[in-house]
Amino acid sequence: MLTLLLLIIPLLAGGLVLVTKNNSAKQIALLAALIELATACVAFVQFKANASTQFGFSYAWIPSAGITFSAGIDGINLLLVMLTAFLVPLIILSTFRQLYKNASVFYALILFMQGALIGVFTATDAFLFYFFFEAALIPVYFLAAIWGGENRVKVTFKFFIYTIFGSLFMLVALVYLYSQTPGTHTAQITAFYQLGLGSYTQGLIFWAFFIAFAIKMPLFPFHTWQPDTYTESPTPATMLLSGIMLKMGVYGLIRFILPIVPIGLQTWGNAAIVLSVIGIIYGSIIAVQQRDMKRLVAYSSFAHVGLMAAGVFSKNINGLQGALIQMLAHGINVVGLFFVIEIIFSRTKTRNIEQLGGITQRAPYLTVYFMILMLGSVALPLTNGFVGEFLLLSGVYDYNKWLGAVAGITIILGAVYMLRMFQRAMFGSKSSFTEHISDLSFSEKMVLFPLAFMVFWIGLYPNSFLALTQPAVLNLLNSIHY
Amino acid sequence: MLPIVLLSVFGIVVLFLGFSKSKNILLPATLLFLLVTLIANFVDWNHQYLYFNDMLWGNNASMVFSGIVLLSAFFVVALTRGFEQEGEAAQPAEYYGIMLFSLVGAIMMISYENLIILFVGVEILSVSIYILTGSDKRNLRSNEAALKYFLMGAFATGIMLFGMALMYGATGSFVISDISEIIGTRAWNEQSQLLYAGLLMLLVGLLFKVSAAPFHFWTPDVYDGAPTIFTAYMSTIVKTAGFAALYRLLAGSLASLQDYWFATLATITVLTLLAGNVTAVYQTSFKRMLAYSSISHAGYLLIALTSLTAKSQSSILFYSLAYSLSTVSAFGVLILVSQQQASNNYDAFNGLAKKNPFLAFVLAVSMLSLAGIPLTAGFMGKLFVFTDAAQKGTIWLLVVAILASAIGIYYYFRVLIAAYFKEGDLATIRIAPFYKVVLIIVTTLTIVLGLFPDLVLQLV
Repeated sequence: MLTLLLLIIPLLAGGLVLVTKNNSAKQIALLAALIELATACVAFVQFKANASTQFGFSYAWIPSAGITFSAGIDGINLLLVMLTAFLVPLIILSTFRQLYKNASVFYALILFMQGALIGVFTATDAFLFYFFFEAALIPVYFLAAIWGGENRVKVTFKFFIYTIFGSLFMLVALVYLYSQTPGTHTAQITAFYQLGLGSYTQGLIFWAFFIAFAIKMPLFPFHTWQPDTYTESPTPATMLLSGIMLKMGVYGLIRFILPIVPIGLQTWGNAAIVLSVIGIIYGSIIAVQQRDMKRLVAYSSFAHVGLMAAGVFSKNINGLQGALIQMLAHGINVVGLFFVIEIIFSRTKTRNIEQLGGITQRAPYLTVYFMILMLGSVALPLTNGFVGEFLLLSGVYDYNKWLGAVAGITIILGAVYMLRMFQRAMFGSKSSFTEHISDLSFSEKMVLFPLAFMVFWIGLYPNSFLALTQPAVLNLLNSIHY
Repeated sequence: MLPIVLLSVFGIVVLFLGFSKSKNILLPATLLFLLVTLIANFVDWNHQYLYFNDMLWGNNASMVFSGIVLLSAFFVVALTRGFEQEGEAAQPAEYYGIMLFSLVGAIMMISYENLIILFVGVEILSVSIYILTGSDKRNLRSNEAALKYFLMGAFATGIMLFGMALMYGATGSFVISDISEIIGTRAWNEQSQLLYAGLLMLLVGLLFKVSAAPFHFWTPDVYDGAPTIFTAYMSTIVKTAGFAALYRLLAGSLASLQDYWFATLATITVLTLLAGNVTAVYQTSFKRMLAYSSISHAGYLLIALTSLTAKSQSSILFYSLAYSLSTVSAFGVLILVSQQQASNNYDAFNGLAKKNPFLAFVLAVSMLSLAGIPLTAGFMGKLFVFTDAAQKGTIWLLVVAILASAIGIYYYFRVLIAAYFKEGDLATIRIAPFYKVVLIIVTTLTIVLGLFPDLVLQLV
C-alpha cells in the first residue's frame, strides 16, 4: 500500500496546487514533496533486503485485456524511488528565490512529473509502465516549452518527437510480448520473463527496447536532442530531466532487456556496449571544449549515462550494482551542479566560464559546496561517484578488458573538464561579472547541504544501499536463461 | 427498429417545427429527440433482435455502435447553436431534419442483415451528407465540395451495388448469414470468381465512404469546403457507421476468406496510413489537416479490421468512440476560433492559451488524444488496435502504424505550439454556456476513457 501512497500523493497534491493561488503554490508543493519524502523514508526503513516485491498492490484496470494497475517496490527500483522522492523537494526548494509566472501551473507540473516518475519505476505491469513512461514526458515538455530559454519551442519539440518516436518502438515490443503470453494474455512484466522466445525474435525485440531506452538516456548516436534541451530548459526542468528522467532509460534496460531478451543481448550486446563506450569518450571530449557551464554538465551527464549503460550490458553483479548506485549518485551530483550553475547565472547573468572567475573570494560557501559536488562527479574516492564508477568499470572490465580500459579514460577526462570548469569559474581574478556576487542564501544552503551530505554518505558507507539491492540483482542475474 | 422509426418521425416533426414562428425551439427539440432515441436505442439490451423480415439484425455491440453515432450526433447538434451565425440564408429546420434522417441510414449500416439494407443505409446517409455539404449555398467552395462529393460518391455507390449483384450471383443470397454458410462449404480457392469480383467492388464502395486510400481524394476538398459544423458531423458519423458496416460484412460473412482479402486490405491499410499522415504534415490549414487526420485514423481502424481477431470489434468500437470525441472537440474549438479570426489556418490559433485557457486545454486534450498520447482515450484505442495486429502476427503492419503515429505527433502538435507558445493577439472568445458544457463533457469523457477504457469495453 505504501507504493500506492507514493503514487497518489504527488498526483493529488499536483491537482491541489493547480487550483491554488500563484503566491502560495510553492509552499504547498514543497509540503507535498516533503510528505512524499517521509513516506518514501518509511518504505526505505521497512524494506527487507530480499528479492521480493514489497509494499505492492494490484487492481484490475482493463480486465477484459488482462491489464492490471499494479506496482511495487523491489531491490531494483528502491533506490530510484528514493532518488525521486529525495530530489523533488530539493528541486522545488531551489526555485524559492525565483519568480515564475503562472506559478501554480509550474509547481503542479513538477508534482505531476514526480507522480509519473514514481509510476514508471514501480509499475509491475508492462502497459502501466508504458503509460507512465509516456505520461512523464508531458509535464516536462510543458515545463521546458513554457518557461525555457529563447529557442525553447523548437528544441523541446525536437525532444518530444524524438523520445516519443523511440518509445513507440517499445510499444511494438510490449504489444508483441503481450500477444505471446499464454491463455487470456497478461501484461505482468514477470510473465514476459518466462516466454522463451526464439533468437531471431529476441534480436528484434532487443533493438526495439534498445532504441526506446537509448533515446531516453541518451546513448550515442541518439543524443542530439539532449544538450540543446538541457541548456534551453529552465533549471528545475533540467534537473528533472538529468537527475531523474534519464534513469528511466537505464532502469528500462535492467528491467526489460536483461531478463526478457537475454539471447538478443548475447547476440547484440557487443554492439550495444561499444556504442555506450563511444558515447562515454565522445561526450567527455566534447565536454572538455565547452564554455557554457550548463552545456558542459549536459555533456558530462551524457558521458556518465553511457558508463551506466555499459555496466548494465556487461550483465555481471558489479556492473549492475554499479549502475544502480551510480544512478543514485549521478542524480544527486548533477542536480547539485545544475543548481550551483543556476545560482551563479542568476547573480552574474552569464554561464560562460571565460567571463567568470574569482568567485571564491566573495562566496566561500558556494565554493565549498560546488567543490564537493564537483569532486563527487569526478569520482574522487570517499565521494559517491567513486563507488559507482569503480563498480561499473570493474564490471565492464570483467566483460572485456579492452572496453574496460577505454571506458576508464572517462575518469581522466572527467577530471579534466570538471576541474577546468571549477578553476576558471571560481579561482583567478574577479571579472566584471563576478565583482558583486553574493554568497548563498539560507534556502540555497538548505538545498545544497542535503546533497553534499548524501555525497559523503554514499561515498563513505555505500553498503547501506548496496546491501538492499544485492539480493534482487543476484536474483535477476540468476533468472536469466539462455 | 425503434430508433429507426423514432428518427424518421422526429425528422418529419422537426421539419414541421420549422414553420413555427419561434426559431429557438428547434435546437432543444432536436436535442431532446436525439436523447429519446439514444435511450430507445438500448431497449433490446442483452437480446439479439431480427426485424423487418429478418433484414435488420442487432446485438449489444451494434447497439453500442448506434449509441456512439447518436451520441456524436447529439454533441455536434449541440455545437450548432441553432445556426444563428449563418445568417438569413440558413435553414435550421431542414438541417436538423436532414441530420436526423441521415442517422437512420447510419443505424441501418450498423445493423444490416441483408445487403439491400446496407445499400439503402449507405444511400440515406450519403445523400443527406451531400446536401449538408452544399448547405452554404452562396459559398462557391461549399458548392464545389458538394458536387465533387456527390459525383464521386454516386460512382462509388454504383460500384458497391454492382458488387452486391455479383455476390448475389455467386451465392444466391443477400443475407449475411446465408452467404457465410454458402461460402463456408467450399475452400477459398474453389470459390466462384464472381464472388471475389463482387467482394472487391463492395469493399471499394465502403472504403470510399470511410475515406481509405486510394479512394480518399475527395476527403480534403469536401472537408474543407463544407461548413465546419457539418465537417465535424460527417467525419464522426460516417466513419463510425462505415467501419461498423465493414466489420459486419467481413466478420459476418467473409471471415473464412480472410486469406484472400487480407493482402488487399493490408495494402490499403498501409496506403491509407501513409497517405493520411504524410500529406497532413504539409497542410497550413487546421481544417484541412483534420481531413487528412481523418484519413489516417481510417488507417488505424483498418488495422483492427484487417486483423479480424476475436477482439477486433471492441477495438473498432472503442477507437471510433475515442476518435469521435476528440474530433468533436477539435472542431468545436475550430468553429469558435475561425469565427473570431476568419481563418482556418494554424496561425489563427496563435496565443490562444493566453486569454482562452479553457479552449486551449480542450484543444490540447483533443490533439493529445488524436496523437495517441497516454492519459487520453486515443492512446487506449491505439493500444487495442495494435494488440489486434500483434495477435494476428502482422508485426510489419504494426511497425508502419507506429511510424505513422510518430509523424502524426508532429502535425497535431503544431497547433498546440501555436496555441501555447506563440505570440498572438487573440481576444477572449465568448462561449455560450451550453457550448461550454458540451466541450467539458467531451473532454472529460476523453480523459476518463483514457484512464478506464473498460467502462465501454465491458459493454460488448
